[in-house]
Amino acid sequence: MDAMAEIKQVFFQECEEQLFELEAGLLTIERGDDDPETVNAVFRAVHSIKGGAGAFNLTDLVHFAHVFENTMDLVRVGKLVPTQPLIKLMLRAADILADLVRAARDDETSDPGPREAMAVELKAYTPGAAPAAVEAAKPVKAKVEEEFVFVPTKVDFADLDDLNLMPTLHFRILFQPSAELYAKGNETTILFRELSRLGSMSVTCDSSKLPALDAIEAEGAYFTWSVDLETSEDEEAVKAVFDFVEWDSALTIELIESAPAEEEPFVFQPTMVDADLLNSISDVPLEVPVEAAKPQLALVASKADKAAPSDDHAPADKKEAATATIRVDLERVDRLIDLVGELVINQAMLAERVAELGLARMSAVSIGLDELEQLTREIQDSVMAIRAQPVKSVFQRMPRLVREVALQTGKTVRLVTEGEGTEVDKTVIERLSDPLTHMIRNAIDHGLEKPEVRRAAGKPEEGLLKVAALHRSGRIVIEISDDGAGINRPRVRAIAVEKGLIAPEAKLSDEEIDNLIFLPGFSTAAVISDISGRGVGMDVVKRSIQALGGRISIVSRPGLGSTFTMSLPLTLAVLDGMVVSVAGQTLVIPLTAVVEILLPQATTVHNFGGNSRVMGVRNEFIPLIDVGQVLQYRSEDIDPKMGVALLVEAEGGVRNALLVDAIQGQRQVVIKSLEANYGHVPGIAAATILGDGRVALILDVDAVVVDSRAEFASSLPLAG
Amino acid sequence: MEMIAKETTKPRELISFIIGKQEFCVDIMSVREIRGWSPATPLPHSPAFVRGVINLRGAVLSIVDLASRLGLPSSEPSARHVIIVAQVGSQIAGLLVDAVTGILTVTPETIRPTPDVASEMARSFVKGVLAIDNRMITLITLDHVLPSQELEAA
Repeated sequence: MDAMAEIKQVFFQECEEQLFELEAGLLTIERGDDDPETVNAVFRAVHSIKGGAGAFNLTDLVHFAHVFENTMDLVRVGKLVPTQPLIKLMLRAADILADLVRAARDDETSDPGPREAMAVELKAYTPGAAPAAVEAAKPVKAKVEEEFVFVPTKVDFADLDDLNLMPTLHFRILFQPSAELYAKGNETTILFRELSRLGSMSVTCDSSKLPALDAIEAEGAYFTWSVDLETSEDEEAVKAVFDFVEWDSALTIELIESAPAEEEPFVFQPTMVDADLLNSISDVPLEVPVEAAKPQLALVASKADKAAPSDDHAPADKKEAATATIRVDLERVDRLIDLVGELVINQAMLAERVAELGLARMSAVSIGLDELEQLTREIQDSVMAIRAQPVKSVFQRMPRLVREVALQTGKTVRLVTEGEGTEVDKTVIERLSDPLTHMIRNAIDHGLEKPEVRRAAGKPEEGLLKVAALHRSGRIVIEISDDGAGINRPRVRAIAVEKGLIAPEAKLSDEEIDNLIFLPGFSTAAVISDISGRGVGMDVVKRSIQALGGRISIVSRPGLGSTFTMSLPLTLAVLDGMVVSVAGQTLVIPLTAVVEILLPQATTVHNFGGNSRVMGVRNEFIPLIDVGQVLQYRSEDIDPKMGVALLVEAEGGVRNALLVDAIQGQRQVVIKSLEANYGHVPGIAAATILGDGRVALILDVDAVVVDSRAEFASSLPLAG
Repeated sequence: MEMIAKETTKPRELISFIIGKQEFCVDIMSVREIRGWSPATPLPHSPAFVRGVINLRGAVLSIVDLASRLGLPSSEPSARHVIIVAQVGSQIAGLLVDAVTGILTVTPETIRPTPDVASEMARSFVKGVLAIDNRMITLITLDHVLPSQELEAA
């Protein structure tokens, strides 16, 4: 990959983050939070996307982001009140922006229709093109240059009257940079040099916060600068100097005195205007009204009040997103995880050798080893934590999904998410998205009722959909609950009977009926809609969750709604397994598959046909599979009484009993690929490394069940 | 054997080893490390020449009994056996041999064409033979050591 493509990739990654910030911010505003910091964050997100897009010549993206930004800027400066319709519009605009970003990333051309329509809607809120002009006037032009187009504009003198370029304004700027400002490569000197171009100024430095020499942090920021500036530019221009450092500093710009400009009649006196200013007049074809600057002043002041408290970190704390991160190649992390796993095994082996020597428990060597053990465990936990990510990245896609599905179904839905910070392994997150999407679609399409039905039932018209993530006993649990009608049990039952899934006379508990929806080929929607798919319903969801080593369950209360609960392992790199011995070999059986452990008795095991056996379990006969034979560890049947049978549930709920020699125990094992250095082995899912440093194989329960059937069917030897 | 002559004009280094009474060698560039034998975990449904898998610092490595792979009589591995960890394509495999004898530096001219013997081994593995101090050393390639294709076909 060439350098440019690499930079581009980083840009798109950042875009994703910005888009999330944007959406989250808009949703916060929608809830009635009018914190200027949120508005700023939203504005900043669009602005950054636009800036980056400009650098890569993504014109469509730049244009749309620009229009969006203009409208947003009006909200930011307080000229536009963020009403509900406006926020809804902006949320849709954010979706379009996200589409554009994705289209640009995948080098696709997107249909210009929706974005043009949206641009028109957004433009309706902006009077003229004022914000563009303000942007253009900023001395820091790096990012806005791409659309810096000179538009010949008719300027009549009435407008110029408002322009009021003449008066000399006196600003007092209090600038307290934070350490982050310096960390990002900004420099106060350069800022002040830029500022000095606006007019004459004097700078004083307040070093009272400078600690004693031994307490100074080299990377710290201790000075507060106070600048007295006399300029003929307006406050916007002064602010623009600090445009890129605003977020990393406490900044107050105070207008101390201004010439009584409003009273003075406008006289065009070229002698009083210097060349720079004249240039900027031609650059700024439209109004930069002083009147507009006034309310802004108040805004800035109030913001500064919040940021000003003695604690330098206050603004940093507020923006959680500002935590320092680095991007690391996943392979490197995995390598580290491998090595740490090896370290743990080595440490265990060392401890065993020392124990063999019969040293006293309190000897220096033993104590040292204990400490080493604790350290290695801690390192292992920390390394595993690197791969963990908050589920936020999946949850952040949900608001849009909900909006779209709600629109398609004509329902109004409020989405509430909880526990976005819950961390889980990256691979789990990646594979969580599809089932979650499907379940949310289902919940809105089938769970929630239409507004009129809800009203009739005495519920608020707006349906509530709650998605929550939490950690529970070493697993991540995700709950999707709606306050809809709940599962229509008589109907589910009728469909199941109709499709031959259950016998008409079968007696089922409510819970059993609810669980019928997970059966393959079951779809309750009377009309198959685009939204919930075509009969590939909850069974697909259930299977994909099982593939992740997870479980899914449903609780439904008629009229009150349903809650789907999925529980998943925190990582796919680690598996809870039952360690068993078979014909002298050690095997690991995934615990999620094991339902029950049975001790075979002479009376319960029966021969069935040629060489197969069944086991009676509570009035049912279940095929008994000798794992040793399926894996060709032995060719003779063993006496079932000498072994242990594990009742397992394979794909599609098929139950089988696996016969093993003995159970060694239950433990968490790290999954190692066999495919990486060898290839696929029938009946084996993966390998792991045990505490003694040897490799143990992890059984693929589904494959073993299928294999054993094939073997019975055709008694032909398997591949090999 | 012009091919080999073209490939290498400079002297090349080879690692030589013994299986039974015969001596073989492989290009040193494909060898990652040499280690002692440790018991391997057998793999079900695998060809007889695959001894199983071992743990190499956290990676799972398959062990190919080179004697059996080359069609020679194989013996039960003991602590005196040696595993040559080698790069085979994109994978890494351990080759079980009796002992490593040393490193040879040879010029391409020293490598003679394969004698015209109609054996599977000669066709799939042998790239040429070397005559050094009255020893005959067979140069082999590791491209087909792993059974991946055979497994896929099965």
